[in-house]
Amino acid sequence: MSPPLRSALRALAISFVPETATATDAQWILLESRIEQALAARPAALRRQLALFLRLLDATARLRYRNRLSTLDAVRRTALLEWFAGSPVLRFRRGIWGLRTLILLGWYTQPSVIAALGYRASPAGWEARR
Amino acid sequence: MNVVRCDVAIVGSGAGGGTAALALAPLVSHGKRVLVLERGPRFQDGDFTGRELEMAGALYADEGGFLTRDGTMTLAFARGYGGSTLVYTGTSLLAPERVIRAWNVPGIDAEDLARRSRKYMEQNNVHLLEPERQNDNNRLFAEGAAGAGFHPEQFPLNLRGCRGSSLCNLGCPNNAKQGTDRVQLPAAERLGVEVVTRATVTRIEERRLRVVVSEKPPGAKGADPEWAPGEYAVEAGIVVLAGGVMGTTPLLLGSKLPGMPRRTGQGFTCHPAHILVGEHPEPITNDVGHPKSWFVDRAAEDGFVLETCMYFPFITAKNLTGFGAAHSALMRAFPRLQMILVLACDHATPENRITVDRRGAPVVHYRFTDAVIQAMVRATRASARIFFAAGAVRVHAPAAQPTLVEAHEVPQLEQRIHARHFRVGQVSISAAHLMGGCGMGTSAMDSVTDDRGRVHGHPWLRVADASLFPDSLEINPYLTIMALADRVAEGLMADLAG
Repeated sequence: MSPPLRSALRALAISFVPETATATDAQWILLESRIEQALAARPAALRRQLALFLRLLDATARLRYRNRLSTLDAVRRTALLEWFAGSPVLRFRRGIWGLRTLILLGWYTQPSVIAALGYRASPAGWEARR
Repeated sequence: MNVVRCDVAIVGSGAGGGTAALALAPLVSHGKRVLVLERGPRFQDGDFTGRELEMAGALYADEGGFLTRDGTMTLAFARGYGGSTLVYTGTSLLAPERVIRAWNVPGIDAEDLARRSRKYMEQNNVHLLEPERQNDNNRLFAEGAAGAGFHPEQFPLNLRGCRGSSLCNLGCPNNAKQGTDRVQLPAAERLGVEVVTRATVTRIEERRLRVVVSEKPPGAKGADPEWAPGEYAVEAGIVVLAGGVMGTTPLLLGSKLPGMPRRTGQGFTCHPAHILVGEHPEPITNDVGHPKSWFVDRAAEDGFVLETCMYFPFITAKNLTGFGAAHSALMRAFPRLQMILVLACDHATPENRITVDRRGAPVVHYRFTDAVIQAMVRATRASARIFFAAGAVRVHAPAAQPTLVEAHEVPQLEQRIHARHFRVGQVSISAAHLMGGCGMGTSAMDSVTDDRGRVHGHPWLRVADASLFPDSLEINPYLTIMALADRVAEGLMADLAG
């Protein structure tokens, strides 16, 4: 993952899942590797569309706020993402949905995160609760 | 290339293929060779860990994230010995009589399907879960639905030795679900049917299949394939296609068999679904116990069905609309969340269909009709009433803006939850009940197969899965798939005898 892409991804992650602002290095590494793995399994066209959409978000941030997406303050970045998420243009809504899905995948599949939520499903089922 | 000859080749081993395999097994004692070719692996008991990412990658195509062409809905379908019966919850419902009547397929009647379905209900140990083994998530649904004026019904389930892991959709770690992987396929193998896993059928020719058997990748789950990896030509007197909607129709279209009915791929439908959550003030048992014990059937009146459900952290997070602090707060409330799965009943339309791309990969064209969106909105309002009647303090509703609806807003539900807020592409919608593409009927003008699954103009080629449905079933489909596969096998046996 290139440094600019990593910066943009981390900025997005903090907007989508505020807890990631205090993520440990190990949690960031796991988040990024899971996203990379998920993307590697997807068609090249989908990866291109997501990369293009990230560039569009960055260009919009520069145009509207004279700042890059990765260095934009949290309030403005969230406002920008919410505008795209609710846009009348289906491709924009889909773009946000796709990026958000990747971040959620990278975060909410981590054992430490799941444990912190209190999710306790176990193959042992009811016996594990006794 | 290796050449293998058999009398019947069944492609797929799920509800359709597994049923056909056992129903056709008596042929083996008459000297016939019956093969089942399954694309996925034969999983082993220790493979089902219940870990979300690991199991989604092992069991589901595209890790469960297969997207329709416009990217507005994900389709979930599994691959492996047992097909999608590996990942269902075992809900076993008879096809509604009014739906079968509306299908209007000569030869298909509800009583016949019910009779066959009951045979499989007995074979797969279908029963109602005892009240003491139901968790709060299910109990609250039943109480809330009754309190809100609905008629909750209990799902008959095909379980044996359920320990309540709640992990059905990631493959049961305790072998409790009685899918075709536990019942029909092992019985068929005992009678001499051969099952070959990791065997992908790449092309159908006249009475011949092109098959690639793949090596088990390093570190992957499941057993090695039964045949040596490589390319095979399987010559079969009769071919039964039962690879599910996402297997059968794309294979037929990609094979470009001469004289295929022009309706192949048309009539695709599904039950578009999304997860709703209600937040309770105190923790409830939700991630332990069978996840799906109750439902409310409003298909006939309002075009939706509500079912209890319990999903895993990532799937839940993905299904909650929006992001940021409110989304995170709801996730942190996980031990207090009640969940309902909303399913809309969709009818086949000309624009919703399956095609294949240049590589033969499936492309699903699907557009949400106004009727489906309205049904999902009505379903969301009904679910909100059930949540609040059960004691929830707030409800997450994707068709509301803002999405969190508080208990004091119940009198305003009609306005708060409204189709104007329901934006495809923003709301996570997925479907697991995929139907159609090779619909039954009377001739190649109106359908792909006859009522016994014979492809019009190709008497050696049969279909035995949910592709046969000419329209939505409006309820969980696996028992009806088994009943239809049973009919297809019966017709095939009669043809061979005659």
